[in-house]
Amino acid sequence: MRKIFYSVSISIITAVLLLFSASWSLASDDLSSFTGQNGTLRIAGGTAHIPVMKEAAKQIINFNPKIQISIAGGGSGLGIKQAGEGLVDIGNTGRKPSDEEIRKYNLKLFKWAVDGVGAVVHPKNNAQSLSSTQLQDIYSGKISNWNEVGGVDREINLYTRDEASGTRNVFWKKALAKGDISARANVVVSNGAMKTAVAGDPFAIGFVSVGNMDSSVAPVTLDGVTPNLVSVRSGEYKVARGLYSLTKGEPSGFAKLFLEFIISPTGQKIVADKGFIPVQ
Amino acid sequence: MRFWTYSVNEYLFLIAAVFSGLLAVAIFCFLLFFGLPLLQSGQLADLLFSSWAPDKGLYGIYPMLIISLTLATLSMLISFPVSLGCSFVITSLAPVRLRRILLAIIRVMTGIPTVVYSFAALFLLVPIMRNLVGHGSGMSILTAAPVLALVIAPTMILFFVDSLNKVSSSFTLAVDALGGSEIQKLLYVILPLAWPGIVNGVLLGFGRAMGDTMVSLMLAGNSTAVPESMTESARTLTAHIALVMAFDFDSMEFKSIFVCGLFLYILTAALMLLFRMSTVYFSERT
Repeated sequence: MRKIFYSVSISIITAVLLLFSASWSLASDDLSSFTGQNGTLRIAGGTAHIPVMKEAAKQIINFNPKIQISIAGGGSGLGIKQAGEGLVDIGNTGRKPSDEEIRKYNLKLFKWAVDGVGAVVHPKNNAQSLSSTQLQDIYSGKISNWNEVGGVDREINLYTRDEASGTRNVFWKKALAKGDISARANVVVSNGAMKTAVAGDPFAIGFVSVGNMDSSVAPVTLDGVTPNLVSVRSGEYKVARGLYSLTKGEPSGFAKLFLEFIISPTGQKIVADKGFIPVQ
Repeated sequence: MRFWTYSVNEYLFLIAAVFSGLLAVAIFCFLLFFGLPLLQSGQLADLLFSSWAPDKGLYGIYPMLIISLTLATLSMLISFPVSLGCSFVITSLAPVRLRRILLAIIRVMTGIPTVVYSFAALFLLVPIMRNLVGHGSGMSILTAAPVLALVIAPTMILFFVDSLNKVSSSFTLAVDALGGSEIQKLLYVILPLAWPGIVNGVLLGFGRAMGDTMVSLMLAGNSTAVPESMTESARTLTAHIALVMAFDFDSMEFKSIFVCGLFLYILTAALMLLFRMSTVYFSERT
């Protein structure tokens, strides 16, 4: 049991303890509330949030090196659970917690970005445009070869996320219309792992958060709409969700300062830079 | 009245031993306590023989049970001959200086976390397997097995080396005096005398293979279907536990993990016990 715990903690806690030397450049007003603070902040949960969390933590630590911020993955389910159990100060989730979860844990929600979730394939794959029906058939296993949707004659390698994932949740609800996901699909544990898997597999199809997309994977145009910042913002691309951070009870201390920073103009600029849609 | 003559140190060691022994029992009770409601409600057969599809209300662990056993056995089949050969080389076949270097490398290998092996294999082995097999993602039982074999080999090698070295020099000297070759000495004298230690090494290796999470989580693909061949994606019990952990405590998904843990525990314990009993049985007969 101890060994399992050890391995698991390595896998889910891709913890980034950021300890940087002091550099007082760019001390913007939004960071001024961190002046003279010292202590630690623990963040865990949704993996779509990580790019923003890391950049925000970097700026805060650069501003005040006495602050330590640890950022872990684990998925939305874990974010809700760990924040609710008080194991972390801030939990991230890519799906809205259920009313029951909110009540049970007395969770306070902060929505700081809107994010799309799009299907992705390898950049060399020719089948980069699918209809909803085709996508659903691919995921249910009805379509199993790329040549049925305009690609090469190779078996389709399905990739999905674990059932506690917020990204999977919204993709399953809005892109797959709650259709079946084949049991033969490979399961990966984070947005980052999904990107790595699809980027390395020429016959793969998976799904990642729009903010996590880069040139290593190609977004799949769904019913004529390509998932990107513009189409998600305009509402034309429908498979979208809010990105939330949550705390147990009203946020206080560092958690409060951190969340205020994410909502501030500087924080929201990070959100936009990382490919998400700011809420302010 | 030996008990009363224990020194303080002996008591400390006794407490430590009892404590770790009780811990193993306590973990079992803990798993049983949380897993029992599920087992009692008559869902045991469902859990054991159905597949995993939470969307449809199925929480079975049958595919994972099978895969855990298959993967551990397969990696053992790869690892055992290699480890035995390695230990032969280290104990007697290689020049003395090379033996020391090899042993030092093996010792270092035992300390490398499995995530490192898995990560390297993800970029090196997975693409090769994908091209070799010609279909699928390259993540399969067959990809995970050799890596797992590599993970368990150092433990086994060290155990084998220890037990081979323990064979009394009066036997080995006798072989030398009779003009036997190194190979003859190994096969006909050392190996028959050292085999209980070898069995222990195998046991430990198998336990590690059953319990390892990272290798199968990163390399076996984690699909929940029962695979039709070794080249297909599959999920082990340990990887399953790691994947389902994120669920809410009250959810059925989370509760079913305790049953997974329970079966992993029972399976490993039963195999160990079986192996030990057969060792005792056979060593009494020879």
